[in-house]
Amino acid sequence: MLQENTSGTEGRITFTLAGALAGARRCFPIAISGCGIGLVFGTLAGQAGLGAGEAALMSALVFSGAAQFVVLGFWTSSPLPVATIVLTTLVVGLRHVLMGAALGPVFSKLPRREAYGSVFFMADENWALTMGEFAKGRRDAAFLLGGGLLMFLAWTGSTFAGGALGGAVEDPARWGLDFAFTAVFLALIAGMWKGRSNILPWTVAAAVAVAAQHFLPGQWYILLGGLAGSFAGVVRRAL
Amino acid sequence: MRFDSITLLAIVLMAFATYATRAGGLWLASRFDLSERAGAWLDQIPGAILVSLVAPTVLTGGPAEVFAALAVVIVALRTGSLPAAMVTGVGTVLVLRALEANLL
Repeated sequence: MLQENTSGTEGRITFTLAGALAGARRCFPIAISGCGIGLVFGTLAGQAGLGAGEAALMSALVFSGAAQFVVLGFWTSSPLPVATIVLTTLVVGLRHVLMGAALGPVFSKLPRREAYGSVFFMADENWALTMGEFAKGRRDAAFLLGGGLLMFLAWTGSTFAGGALGGAVEDPARWGLDFAFTAVFLALIAGMWKGRSNILPWTVAAAVAVAAQHFLPGQWYILLGGLAGSFAGVVRRAL
Repeated sequence: MRFDSITLLAIVLMAFATYATRAGGLWLASRFDLSERAGAWLDQIPGAILVSLVAPTVLTGGPAEVFAALAVVIVALRTGSLPAAMVTGVGTVLVLRALEANLL
C-alpha cells in the first residue's frame, strides 16, 4: 500500500501558513467532538486518581486518546506499573509507524525540523484528512500540523476541564461509573468495525484475554490478547 | 495542583514511546519499503487491544454488564457519539444492577 502513496509526488511540496489554516478549518468539527472525548478522559482520569494537571500534562505530552484511555486502568494499581504502562503505550502506538510511513513520500522532502515537528501532532483524524489532500494532488504539508495543533488545544484543554469536574465524584461504582471505561472502549471498538474480517481477530483477542486474565497476574491479558488477535488477523488475511 | 513524581515519570516515558512511533514510521519510510504484511499487522493492533481490554469485564460479568455492553454498541453504531454511548452504558448498568439487587 505504500507503493500507492509514492505515486504522484512530483508536484512542488510546500509548508505554508495558508496550508496550516486550511488544515485547522477542516479539523474544526473533529476538534469539537474531541472536546467531548477529552472531558470523558479527564473525568475518568480523575476517578483513576490523577490530578487535573497531571491528566492535562499527559494529554499534552502523549496526545493519543487510544493509548491514554488504555493505560488509565493501570493507575489504580499500587505501586504504579511504569514499565507495563510504557510498553502498552508503545504497542498501542504501533499503528503510528504505519501512518508515519504513509506520510513519508511527501514529508521526507521537507526540512527535518518541519517533518519531525509535525508528526508530534499526528493523530488518526488529521492524518486521514492529510492523506486525502495529498491524494487530490494538494501538496501543502503544513495541513497536518494546522489540524493537529487545533486538536491538541481542544484535547488538552478539555482534559483539564474534565479532570477538574471528575475528581468530585466519590464511589464511582455506586453511580455505575466503573462501567464508563468499558462503555468508552466498546464504543471505540464499534467505530472500528469494518465487517466480517474483524470477527476472527477479535474473537481470538477476546478468548486469549479472558484466559490470560484468569491465569496470569496483573494486566498482561491486554498485551497478550492484542498480540494474539492482531496476528490472527494477519494469518486470516494470508489464507 | 499536585504532581506525583512516579506519575510524571510514567507520563514522560509514555511521551517518548508515542513520539518514537510517530517519528519512527517517517524515519523508516525514508530508508526502507515497509512490507504489506507488516502494515496489515500494525493495522489490526488497536482493535485487538481494545477487545482484549473489555472482554474479561463483559464476558465474565453478570447480565447487567452484558446487556449494558449491547446497549453501548447499538448506540455507538447508530449515533457515532462516544459521550452518548458512554451515558447509555452507565445508565443501563445502573438501572439493571438496581433491578438485580431488588429481585435477588
